Amino acid sequence: MMFRVLRGMVGLLLLTQASLANAVLSIEIIGAGEHQIPVAIVPFGGDDKLAQSINEVVTGDLQRSGLFRLVDPVGKFPHEPNEVSYPDWQVRGAEALSIGTVAVQARGRVEARFRLLDVVRQTELVGEAVSANDGQVRAIGHRIADLIYEKLTGDKGVFSTRIAYVNRQGQKFRLIVADSDGYNEQTVLAQNEPIMSPSWSPDGSHLAYVSFETGHAVVFVQSLYTNQRMALADFRGSNSAPAWSPDGKQLAIVLTRDGSSQIYLIRPDGGGLRRITFSGAIDTEPNFSPDGQSLLFTSDRGGSAQIYRMPVEGGAEQRVTFGDGTNYSPRFSPDGKSFVFTHLINGRFFISTQDFQTGQLEILTEGGWEKKPSFAPNGKLILFASEGRGRGILATVSSDGRVKQHMFTQSGDAREPVWGPHL
Amino acid sequence: MKKLVISIVLVNLLAACASEKPKETAAAPAAAPSAATRAVAADQTATDPLNDATSILAKRSVYYPFDVSAVQDADKPVVQAHAKYLAEHAGRKVRLEGNCDERGSNEYNLALGQRRADGVKKMLAVGGAKAGQLDSVSYGEEKPKASGHDEASWSQNRRTDLNYAK
Repeated sequence: MMFRVLRGMVGLLLLTQASLANAVLSIEIIGAGEHQIPVAIVPFGGDDKLAQSINEVVTGDLQRSGLFRLVDPVGKFPHEPNEVSYPDWQVRGAEALSIGTVAVQARGRVEARFRLLDVVRQTELVGEAVSANDGQVRAIGHRIADLIYEKLTGDKGVFSTRIAYVNRQGQKFRLIVADSDGYNEQTVLAQNEPIMSPSWSPDGSHLAYVSFETGHAVVFVQSLYTNQRMALADFRGSNSAPAWSPDGKQLAIVLTRDGSSQIYLIRPDGGGLRRITFSGAIDTEPNFSPDGQSLLFTSDRGGSAQIYRMPVEGGAEQRVTFGDGTNYSPRFSPDGKSFVFTHLINGRFFISTQDFQTGQLEILTEGGWEKKPSFAPNGKLILFASEGRGRGILATVSSDGRVKQHMFTQSGDAREPVWGPHL
Repeated sequence: MKKLVISIVLVNLLAACASEKPKETAAAPAAAPSAATRAVAADQTATDPLNDATSILAKRSVYYPFDVSAVQDADKPVVQAHAKYLAEHAGRKVRLEGNCDERGSNEYNLALGQRRADGVKKMLAVGGAKAGQLDSVSYGEEKPKASGHDEASWSQNRRTDLNYAK
């Protein structure tokens, strides 16, 4: 059997490795998917010799998705296909079986050889060799979890993607990039002034964000590879709410230089500034549709904060949220058919979605202190800021509202999270 | 509730007076060279009304109801007094700093805080302050004075501060 060796897939960001890399979190999972796929994950041969267990990462990822039921291998530990007796796994109720080996190679490189087997059809679904430097063993686990997820659900996995958020601890603010499970934190920027609104470039190479380091809100763009940064917009008043177009050739930003908060387009090099809303009210939080043709944004032009949609080239704004309460922070779903936003009613925030065609609002969470939702690139999960144990935390909810998880970071408040793209 | 709010405002005022007095004293001579203010400069250093804890100018914050950016009637005399002071003291500069409570999104609140600060700025300009004396910024909900999830905290955080340059 041939293994396909993937190179560079665990391509690394050259960032300062935070000292807390693996001491991060506790994770609570609430609820389960409607149809859970029973899968047995046999710890890889050699996994117990690694400082970081790959098995722990794979099972953690699959469990958090809520879409799998992990079948206990009880006493059976095959690592190669010829060691597998399919009836053993049929009896245990598993539909799929993951096996493999892992070894530390020359120069500290770790290579895992992994196979996913269909227990019912008794065939191999996928086999791959996945390798990384020994400091990146979690990335191997995420890659394998993605392969299992893709083969068994038909959707692309997002375990290898990254998230960005702001950690606030007293007067200290850190812009952080982490794995999708919150581990492997890397500090992009640390300072004593607020940081807001991180936004990923479509290729995941840059973050745009708002920093108050010069005394007012200024939009910066920073490379995650070189850490080089530039002030993209530093006009009088507030410069904020950066959002990249899907082709990465422009950003929508919000400026108050001409009066109230209005939406402008600008190129990533700072050129080509052009105003596109002219309401005189607050227009903010622009977000591009996946086809790059339209924007969602928040505006109070009708008397309260609601969501509007407009063509990127300007004109013909259309209100899309109605009813009681106010609405903020819209973001298109990856298929462009719906959007997620923060719904505030009777003093409580709810993460909600709305279908463009039906106009139906669906509340996904129990409500409380819940803000700033963003879709995972596969559209199946939504990341947002929540609160637990008196602190700001990261949370996710499946797009059907069935599975929720709370990620408790080690210290401080987690704010302003945003899910990054597939790399 | 109203009583509570008022007492909080008073506490803030006292705190503001206590902490700002030294720098105001140090800053006063900067105003003296201006030709426009020379006439009153003689006894101004000693009696700059900005240093007078009993003056209405000692009040350096205005407060708002939820999701409102217009200066409230109760605070208008304060802003008007500062406008008059700035008109008479061309060398003084003030920075209007808009803040919000944590309800709404961070970005919406940044915009709302800017509108609050700009509202005060406009009123100061109408009252005679020159554009060059005025600057406005918003901190949105990023720099709360009080951190509770309740109206007692929120009412302190919905405010524009008048921060005089040293």
